[in-house]
Amino acid sequence: MRDLMRWGAAAFAAFGFASLASGHAAAADPVRIGAFLSVTGPASFLGEPEKKTLEMYVDRLNKQGGVQGRKIELTVYDDGGAPDKAATFAKRLIQSDNADILIGGTTTGTSMAAIKIVEPAGVPFISLAGGIDIVEPVKKWVFKTPHTDRMAAEKVFSDLKKRGLTKVALISENAGFGKSGHDQSLLVAPNYGIEIVADEVYSPKDPDVTAQLTKIKNTPGVQAIFNFGFGQGPAIVTKNHKQLAITQPLYQSHGVASKDYIRLSGDASDGVRLPAAGLVIADQLPATDPQKPVVTAFKKDYETAFKSEVSTFAGHAYDGLQIALSAIQRAGSTDKGKVRDEIEKTSGYVGTGGIVSMSATDHMGLNLSAFHMVEIVKGDWKMVD
Amino acid sequence: MAELLQYLFAGLTSGAIYALAGLGFAIIYNASHVINFAQGEFIMIGGMATATLTAAGVPLPAAALAAMALTMLVGVALEKFAIEPARDADVVTIIIITIGASIFLRGAAQLVWDKEFHALAPFSGEDPIRVLGATLMPQSLWVVGVAMAVIAGLWWFFNRTLFGKAMLATSFNRLAAQLMGIGVKKVLMVSFALSAALGAIGGIVVTPIAFTNYEAGIMLGLKGFSAAVLGGLGNGMGAVVGGLIVGVAEALGAGYVSSAYKDAIAFVIILFVLFFMPNGLFGKKGVDRV
Repeated sequence: MRDLMRWGAAAFAAFGFASLASGHAAAADPVRIGAFLSVTGPASFLGEPEKKTLEMYVDRLNKQGGVQGRKIELTVYDDGGAPDKAATFAKRLIQSDNADILIGGTTTGTSMAAIKIVEPAGVPFISLAGGIDIVEPVKKWVFKTPHTDRMAAEKVFSDLKKRGLTKVALISENAGFGKSGHDQSLLVAPNYGIEIVADEVYSPKDPDVTAQLTKIKNTPGVQAIFNFGFGQGPAIVTKNHKQLAITQPLYQSHGVASKDYIRLSGDASDGVRLPAAGLVIADQLPATDPQKPVVTAFKKDYETAFKSEVSTFAGHAYDGLQIALSAIQRAGSTDKGKVRDEIEKTSGYVGTGGIVSMSATDHMGLNLSAFHMVEIVKGDWKMVD
Repeated sequence: MAELLQYLFAGLTSGAIYALAGLGFAIIYNASHVINFAQGEFIMIGGMATATLTAAGVPLPAAALAAMALTMLVGVALEKFAIEPARDADVVTIIIITIGASIFLRGAAQLVWDKEFHALAPFSGEDPIRVLGATLMPQSLWVVGVAMAVIAGLWWFFNRTLFGKAMLATSFNRLAAQLMGIGVKKVLMVSFALSAALGAIGGIVVTPIAFTNYEAGIMLGLKGFSAAVLGGLGNGMGAVVGGLIVGVAEALGAGYVSSAYKDAIAFVIILFVLFFMPNGLFGKKGVDRV
């Protein structure tokens, strides 16, 4: 018994000393950023550019001396797009890796799973997913950088209204992104005086949607068609739209704002309109646009480093990292509560997704001006407004 | 009228794709009673290889041949390194091995190629064919035509060549076939090579319509399997009819009922048929010892 106590005392002393030492070294302690991303799995084409972006900029910042003289330590886990794994990794990042802030959640599903962990733990979390549920209702520790599907629907409907087209046929993917976009579209359509006269769905991997489009074509009064989905679905919708020689204009969501979509659908994409972030049309933005220098620099950095086209998803990760680091800078420490308060005070941050001004009631901080309406003309984007 | 015709064309397009995917299941099933769940991945590898090769400037026929050769190589390797070592295991174990192989092949495709979608230019242009107010893409006819050619080829192979007959014999009674001097090991390997080549052909003609990426095999494998089961496993004609029924049911369901229920409608039909005809539409009556 006495031995045990002696050992205990020794261990206590050693532990105390160690903690004292680490307390002393706190100034040089790294800023720990924890990320869980869907680098593999169905959302890998979102998660991979996000990971590359985070690693590239953390590396670069460390070479420049880090944040406030502290190195940045980035830990990335791959959740493969599975919500349960995302929750496990969020827990591990908080408990074993002592992350000061979390970035990640490539998809709405993985983000929502992680929210259940970060809220009670009290760690600031910046999500990179689109779903509006992430920030509505507002959660104390949760923020997000990408535009929501609701904003995309609003942008499309406001463009339709401007053109005097009010009877719209909706065709959407019956899963994930398309489903949520479909629900948001139905929700906001009345605000723009838009009537949804047809509502068709397709499965993400359907090879042909001419049946649904034929039904839309034969619905009386349709003035425009709006497709919500990503991956190959929208490209098939676009090709079938041309095959059936449908004359009503086709609108797509921001989910396909990449050159891949144009490449897949070929010249069928001519005349398609969609809402897109400034990053997509970086070189077409007027010189007076405050986003111009940011998006041009980011595009150049990314494309020279990885030899592939920059995607808006990479931009979301960039914005998340910048917002996190500038909040830490302003807070003067990595105290979780202070950093959280500073993120919420983010105001006028010019990012790749738009100009971000958050508040206690808005943890995304973007408005409709973050989207530009673009039309595809001869295989390239053309800014409409 | 034009409406109905358009729905039928839509069903024909997807149905022919399912049929071609379903055909691949027949050969390996015939040779070994194994359902090869990596069949969808053969389709994917054929499509991906052709798409990337043509994108790199290789002419389509050469790219298609190279893709078929590559897929056959993968098929043989799969048989040699995964199926053959487990030849004494029962059929269910081997089926599970093929599921594992399909996951492995998807992962490998992610590394060898990428995670993007790839397209292939249609073989005879993109001008739709107009019939009575409905439209059909020429590529759909390619898919149907290739499916027909493949059935004819399979029929000839299994009924008119010694090796094809040897394969059938092996499937009926492995031991007896072996005693008759048939190299059953070789039969199994050839069956994998053949069905891999068949999968690759499917991938090549389907990619201009449905695109391809490393995951494309999942859907094609699943729908192809449904088509094969509906038509009667191991029967080439059955797979084609089964595929067309699933495709047309989906299209008519989407057109006349609701696009939200189209998958359910197709599956209800499959269940209904299997309820009354457990061996599928064209399947042979089999007796199993339990």
